[in-house]
Amino acid sequence: MEVNEQIAIDHGLKKEEYQKICDLLKRTPNLTELGIFSAMWNEHCSYKSSRLHLKKLPTSGEKVIQGPGENAGVIDIDDGDAIVFKIESHNHPSFIEPYQGAATGVGGIMRDVFTMGARPIANLNSIHFGSPQNKKTKNLLRGVVHGIGGYGNCMGVPTIAGQTSFDSSYNGNILVNAMTLGLVKKDKIFYSKAAGLNKPVIYVGSKTGRDGIHGASMASASFDEKIEEKKPTVQVGDPFTEKLLLEACLELMAGDSIIAIQDMGAAGLTSSSIEMASKGNLGIEIDLNKVPCRESKMTPYEIMLSESQERMLIVLENGKEELAKKIFDKWNLDFAVIGKTTNSKNIELFFDNQKVANIPINTLVENSPMYDRKWKKTKLPKKNKIKKEDLKKLKVKDVLKKILSHPNICSKEWIWQQYDHTVMGDTIQKPGGDSGVVRVHGTKKAVAATVDSSAVYCWAHPLSGGKQIVCESWRNLISVGATPIAITNCLNFGSPENDVNMGEFVECVQGIGEASKHLQFPVVSGNVSFYNQTKEVGIKPTPSIGGVGLIKDYTKMISMDFKELNNLVLLIGKTEGHIDQSLFARTILDEKNGPPPEINLFNEKNNGETMLQLIEKNFVKSAHDVSIGGLITAISKMCIKGNKGIELNKPKSLISEIEYLFSEDQGRYIIEIHPNNLDKVVNILDENSVHYEKLGKIVQNHMTINPKTNITIDELKSYNTNWLTNYMSA
Amino acid sequence: MKSSVITFPGSNCDRDMHVALKKFGFNNKMVWHDDNELPKSDLVVLPGGFSYGDYLRCGSMASKSKIMQSVINFANSGGLVLGICNGFQILVETGLVPGVLLRNKYLEFICKNVFIKVDNKNNPYFKNLDKEILEFHIAHNEGNYFCTSDQLKQIEDNNQIAIYYSNKSGKIEDQFNPNGSLNNIAGIFNKEKNVLGMMPHPERMIDKSLSGEDGSLFFKNLINNIK
Repeated sequence: MEVNEQIAIDHGLKKEEYQKICDLLKRTPNLTELGIFSAMWNEHCSYKSSRLHLKKLPTSGEKVIQGPGENAGVIDIDDGDAIVFKIESHNHPSFIEPYQGAATGVGGIMRDVFTMGARPIANLNSIHFGSPQNKKTKNLLRGVVHGIGGYGNCMGVPTIAGQTSFDSSYNGNILVNAMTLGLVKKDKIFYSKAAGLNKPVIYVGSKTGRDGIHGASMASASFDEKIEEKKPTVQVGDPFTEKLLLEACLELMAGDSIIAIQDMGAAGLTSSSIEMASKGNLGIEIDLNKVPCRESKMTPYEIMLSESQERMLIVLENGKEELAKKIFDKWNLDFAVIGKTTNSKNIELFFDNQKVANIPINTLVENSPMYDRKWKKTKLPKKNKIKKEDLKKLKVKDVLKKILSHPNICSKEWIWQQYDHTVMGDTIQKPGGDSGVVRVHGTKKAVAATVDSSAVYCWAHPLSGGKQIVCESWRNLISVGATPIAITNCLNFGSPENDVNMGEFVECVQGIGEASKHLQFPVVSGNVSFYNQTKEVGIKPTPSIGGVGLIKDYTKMISMDFKELNNLVLLIGKTEGHIDQSLFARTILDEKNGPPPEINLFNEKNNGETMLQLIEKNFVKSAHDVSIGGLITAISKMCIKGNKGIELNKPKSLISEIEYLFSEDQGRYIIEIHPNNLDKVVNILDENSVHYEKLGKIVQNHMTINPKTNITIDELKSYNTNWLTNYMSA
Repeated sequence: MKSSVITFPGSNCDRDMHVALKKFGFNNKMVWHDDNELPKSDLVVLPGGFSYGDYLRCGSMASKSKIMQSVINFANSGGLVLGICNGFQILVETGLVPGVLLRNKYLEFICKNVFIKVDNKNNPYFKNLDKEILEFHIAHNEGNYFCTSDQLKQIEDNNQIAIYYSNKSGKIEDQFNPNGSLNNIAGIFNKEKNVLGMMPHPERMIDKSLSGEDGSLFFKNLINNIK
């Protein structure tokens, strides 16, 4: 087939991009070559709309071993140990085929982590669905949860935390972001940079089939009514093979045979081979007849673009082929020497003794398009004028019931009970806490991880929203007693070709950058997912932030459940009564305008660091940060988890009771302390100029908010626990 | 005391079991499914996981692994064989214990703490245990125990039911049954009581920082009984 402009456009390339390819090659590409360009130049692989802005993120720090640009980021957790972690989206495939889409998302991110030599020790996920009333939501939720569980459970990696939200902006485009943490010795990290000439290029893992061809291109386009026809572009996962691949790779990695290793993820053999060669400034030669294929008569085009899962590409030291083959034979996995590194600086493909493609690698990587897209700034919305009389009419108990049973607040146990969260025997904080925590096997240390997003805030004002999520991630780590180290981000947005969506992206990234710089909480890995929209309508901007922190002594870990009667409960941070964009405003007042809560990075840092001091001195018996739903929602959860009540003091505050209880001011934590330690705690808070209030004391099984409002813990539980189970079984 | 944990392709609780056995004093060896011979052992454990991806039927392919012939011989000569979760599924596939394990009643994987009632202490696993009700952890998709009414009568007559799902105070009722298992059965013995298959994972309950410590009681008791 002769390649022309129309065929290029059908491959998702723009007219100008096709012209650029012809200019770079000084000829017309053949179909295989065109396929390779389209795979490398699509948004998903090339970051052509985002690169310019991502460069501004802070990516280095004292604890950063590897920042963005590798399969995953790596941070130092002392004693020669390191944590490899990353978050990645699998949104488009999950909407088309929820089980396989979500499953392969989990499989893909775990591969990114063990490619670097790390054994995965924890999975997390951030999943977002359309309105519960939307007729597709229930099946999508069920499929995604089954898919995540199906893959992670089989791999034997615990799923320790996550986030689920519902919003009508995801009706036509759900979000599935999967995150994995792996543990590796600092001196045994593997990279994807090839080195040396005539080194064997090895293919291992599953056979290549026709599944997932052009998956990455599909993920770089908007959905329309023909989306169901895209089903064949979704890959099919096989967690059993991945488990074997994990064990085989780690076995091979224990020796010194590997020069470079790269998993075949998006754009399969194409991107893995090109990335390894490009990083090593080398050429690569592949004989496609040697690639193990699942189906007969696969063409070079199909072999190069297949996104069959559970495959790896390795550049080996010469003479190590036999040793490596033995290991992969033991695990019943395919092993084939399919090519070698060269000094041509081209990718050269052979099939049936003919050269079927020959492309200079720099044209695919360095010369890939980069766009400075037009973008629109979002002004800070004006504050709503909420009438005090309207608030006075409301009964606290009624409001609390609605908030606690809201789909975005209610217990997600129905979901995480389907994930094996205890395998590997090191999970010391299960899902449902502020962060999941796993011990570093065989040591006193533990690693905490959390994943967060705040689409509503980001939609109202992207700059504040971007800052807020980083702060929330930081707070969630501190609330379990972990020192925050670094983050990974998954940036889910609408079309970059739309200036409003692009503006949301640019300003969210700016906000993320400002907050992570101030908190010294650098971004070490991530991924961008654009075109999350159906027809012209984009999703609410939804950057997901995955945060990781270290607990030096795991016996000092904190959880949110109230521990002991008569202990005192303190609020750290100031309550100003910011109601706009709160769950209360949206749910109870039906008010969707106004600015999100203000972020004060100085206070955020100061409050967080002071919290860590209090925890270090063993003063904190339980802790929880205040986020969506406000103060009383946070207290309710601590009561529910601890099966204990609280008697709240009358607040010394000028704002109304409703504002006090439900506002979403930032930088706040609730802590439980022993009454004997009150003076010492107050001293530390005063020394650090941290604002605090005495909220009340812990009592048995009821929550007294004011003399007229008394709620039993069983009532609180019933508000909070039933919504999701009822919804899913209805 | 010597123990062996068999690793099948897809086993994923093999390490956890190794850690637990070592912690309570076993000298444990990991044994590869493709080996011919079992090392000399006082206890053989078939661990949890997804042997062969649970493809075909949970446990069925693993039950035909090379090492399994030695395991079966070992069991038939009176050796202690403990199958946890996927290990239990493998045991039913070998026929060492009767019955089958079906998909959970609500068709969902379940990972949570449960209470189990120990029914029979006249065996090497639970003898001398000073508690009747233990808090264990389950994590499975196919733990719904089933057998024919004839088989049920037989296993009841032979006191082969090892543990039941119950509540905190030992009540065995349908509402405490997490997976639809026949009569709340969580684990059963072979006729001779040297082979035990059970869905709950004691190896995940061996430290106060984890989901609980009743697994420690189980292992401590087990090694004392073997000594």
